[in-house]
Amino acid sequence: MKGWQQYWRQLSLFGLLSLVLTGCGKEELSALRPSGPVAAMQFDLMKLSFLIMIGVFVVVMLIFTYVLIRYRKRPGQQGIPKQVEGNHALEILWTVIPFLLLIVMAVPTVTTGFELHKKYSPEEAVQVKVTAHQYWWEFEYPDLGVATAQDLVIPVDKKVQFVVTSADVKHAFWIPALGGKIDTNPGLENPIWLQADKTGVFYGKCAELCGASHALMDFKVTVMEQADFDNWTAKMKGVQAAEPVAATSAVAKQGEDIFNQSCLGCHAIAGKGGKLGPNLTNFADRERVAGILAHTPENVAEWLKDPQKIKPGNNMPNLNLDDNQVNALVEYMSTLTVEGKK
Amino acid sequence: MSAHASHAPNRSGLWDWLTTVDHKKIGILYLIAGGIFFLAGGLEAILIRLQLIYPELSIVGARTFNELITMHGTTMIFLAAMPIIFALMNAIVPLQIGARDVAFPFVNALGFWLFFFGGVLLNTSWFLGGAPDAGWTSYATLSLNQYSHMGVDFYVLGLQIAGLGTLIGGINFLVTIINMRAPGMTFMRMPIFTWASFVTSGLILFAFPAITVGLVLLMFDRLFGGNFFNPDAGGNIIIWEHLFWIFGHPEVYILILPTFGIISEVVSTFSKKRLFGYSSMVFATALIGFLGFMVWAHHMFTTGLGAVANTLFGLATMLIAVPTGIKIFNWLLTMWGGQIRFTTANLFAVGFIPTFTIGGMTGIMLAIPPADYQYHDTYFVVAHFHYVIVGGMVFGLFSGLYYWWPKMFGKMMNETIGKWNFWLFFIGFHLTFFPQHFLGLMGMPRRVYTYLAGQGLETGNFISSIGVIGMTLGTILFVVNAIVSARGPKAAADPWDGRTLEWAIPSPPPEYNFAQTPLVRGLDALWVEKMAGNKGMTPAEPLGSIHMPSPSFLPFLMSVGLFVAGYGFMYHVYPVVILGIGFTFACMIARSLKDDPGYHIEPEEIEGKGVKA
Repeated sequence: MKGWQQYWRQLSLFGLLSLVLTGCGKEELSALRPSGPVAAMQFDLMKLSFLIMIGVFVVVMLIFTYVLIRYRKRPGQQGIPKQVEGNHALEILWTVIPFLLLIVMAVPTVTTGFELHKKYSPEEAVQVKVTAHQYWWEFEYPDLGVATAQDLVIPVDKKVQFVVTSADVKHAFWIPALGGKIDTNPGLENPIWLQADKTGVFYGKCAELCGASHALMDFKVTVMEQADFDNWTAKMKGVQAAEPVAATSAVAKQGEDIFNQSCLGCHAIAGKGGKLGPNLTNFADRERVAGILAHTPENVAEWLKDPQKIKPGNNMPNLNLDDNQVNALVEYMSTLTVEGKK
Repeated sequence: MSAHASHAPNRSGLWDWLTTVDHKKIGILYLIAGGIFFLAGGLEAILIRLQLIYPELSIVGARTFNELITMHGTTMIFLAAMPIIFALMNAIVPLQIGARDVAFPFVNALGFWLFFFGGVLLNTSWFLGGAPDAGWTSYATLSLNQYSHMGVDFYVLGLQIAGLGTLIGGINFLVTIINMRAPGMTFMRMPIFTWASFVTSGLILFAFPAITVGLVLLMFDRLFGGNFFNPDAGGNIIIWEHLFWIFGHPEVYILILPTFGIISEVVSTFSKKRLFGYSSMVFATALIGFLGFMVWAHHMFTTGLGAVANTLFGLATMLIAVPTGIKIFNWLLTMWGGQIRFTTANLFAVGFIPTFTIGGMTGIMLAIPPADYQYHDTYFVVAHFHYVIVGGMVFGLFSGLYYWWPKMFGKMMNETIGKWNFWLFFIGFHLTFFPQHFLGLMGMPRRVYTYLAGQGLETGNFISSIGVIGMTLGTILFVVNAIVSARGPKAAADPWDGRTLEWAIPSPPPEYNFAQTPLVRGLDALWVEKMAGNKGMTPAEPLGSIHMPSPSFLPFLMSVGLFVAGYGFMYHVYPVVILGIGFTFACMIARSLKDDPGYHIEPEEIEGKGVKA
């Protein structure tokens, strides 16, 4: 009996340990590995409430285990247990103690709540307007005159004040490692501020069911040093003010022609073109194709051949391009960079 | 008045079940229909977890997946959980208060058939172009015509018809419990399951109108070109969220309060002790019911209501922890000093306590708005509400079914199969839902048909999907047990050494329940008599002729009328709408004009059956 219990104890310890070690998730994605003050404040509240709850759980389980072992009916047990009506002292005790525990949680709940709902002016924070679409994200920097899509670029250690809305159905804007989360309501605008404490690429997601490809509505957040960010905005602005850079190779030129003919109605490059689809000014700089696939020429081609296969229900029609046209477009789109990646 | 018929109309087989107004038979109908929908919802859950067992699978497509999650949620809440609650309320509440039937037997049957046809209508969507796919919450805008296909119409019409049934069921139980208690059965002597059913019925009365209004507005938007929720035409999508959750949050308590009642009865009976802190239990039940209406916006913390609203709704939500905590400790203290027998019913009740405590704990964590911004719409929430609804309510329903099965069917269930049922379901449940807490915190939103490889979500999802095997086998064993019990040993009137009135009469009870209305002399009425050395209840009236309501086919026909009209609405065939609704009205008129005095059962027949109160 003793040995069995010991074994059980070890096993549960191992289980707990492995959960703690693997249970925190990836740094780019997990709310348990905060990379900014908002996520950190939220994580602190999680830890506080979790610890209090674990305390309550342990008390309940101790009484529970004791009662089940001590008061199980034994063979041959006779007689009728004492019929207890209640106990005022005990009942008051377990009404008042939870109340006190709630007050401990309520205080930081209120202070953090109001902290997170502050709205920062352009002097205090970078302003970004987020517009969610089925199934991609549009980011505009109204004060900087820059627009992009899918890859949000922000400076490190600086507050970013977002105003979010939607162009079609309700979505939700969520960057777990930086803090969460706010719904994007069509016809309404919601504010949220976030900040990153380190440079790198973080993952963003849509958190509200928004249609068939809700699961694939990912975006990336690139956090840069302030100087790099200034540099990036200057380049984006430069490109957007100027005419698109002329294609260099013959294949790319052919791609540009196809693009101007078939794609420009929905996709803008350098401030020219429609707004129905993602802005492609810095397409070649992006982390992912369509927010989910690795950024390779093969995947760009795959997308162009049949967008519905990759993101079911999205608004891009199949243009029925032949292989030549696809290759030309891929070649042309690989030149769409402001950072000179490709 | 015309002369009363003195004999029960002779009906048997299917015809008997289609026309019955007997609360015990209606309870069984609710159980069978709810059970079938539970299996359908379970099958949908199996497909959901199969699709998510590995990253980037495409076992079912994106759209089909959204249909599965929508129908899983809608079916489990409206067509499985609610009806099985109603099954137990119907089967047990009149017996516990010493009544011969509910206040409105005809309306009771109508409530069942409306729920049934509403549920059937909703599920025919699978064969008529696809099920609804906007989530069980069907948030506008996704549920508007522009963004979803016809399936959502089935949701709108099916839930209106089924909801009507639930609403009149709730009203019926309110009236029954207020008016039909046996002599001596004061409110503070009512068994705790009856108390919980009473509060739940009150919640139904106030919560269901809210969703009905929402559904009607959505129906106008979808079928008649309304613009209540269309932002392009000045509509506001947030109104739907408020209407839905003003219903949706009390709905959670509609489901869980009767379960609390079941657990209280079972724990008390199998500890051989009276319920510890009965009055505080009643108080806690009523308080939870009241607070349940004050907290709906905690489902909308990320909607953008602002810091003040979020904070207030968050603090109000935390308050619910206090009465819920009272209940947990009362159960523990009920067992304290008792003689605990681990029957299957009690295993489920005992397993409920830690599981539900975990669900309550995550509930408090979710009540903190700033932290909820991280949890909201992630698998953390999925884990939380499955701990409350499966680990809480479904455990409680299993417990109640094992406990009252002998009373409902007159047969004992097999305890060995029952124990396998419990352990498989219990282990499978925790394996499925415990890892989901972590998945949510690690960045997995809910309602995703797949997830990408390399985001650290593989292990949790794999374990979660494996756990489904346990829950599936457990559920199958319950069905097996139910079938086997038909050939099982006959149940005695009081197989568990019970404490409340339902154990004072034979299993299954005769159609009139009590040959003589019992006199109630305290809480746990039967236990009081047992302790006084009496064999059974003391009658409160002499043996006499018993008035019974006549069976009727009209509730079935009235529901068919609305069922047909539902299709007329969806396919814009207005003659069919007029035909269906006209038919229902005709049935109502027939019911109103026909003089139906019921019939009597005479004392000689009762004596002949050898039944004593």
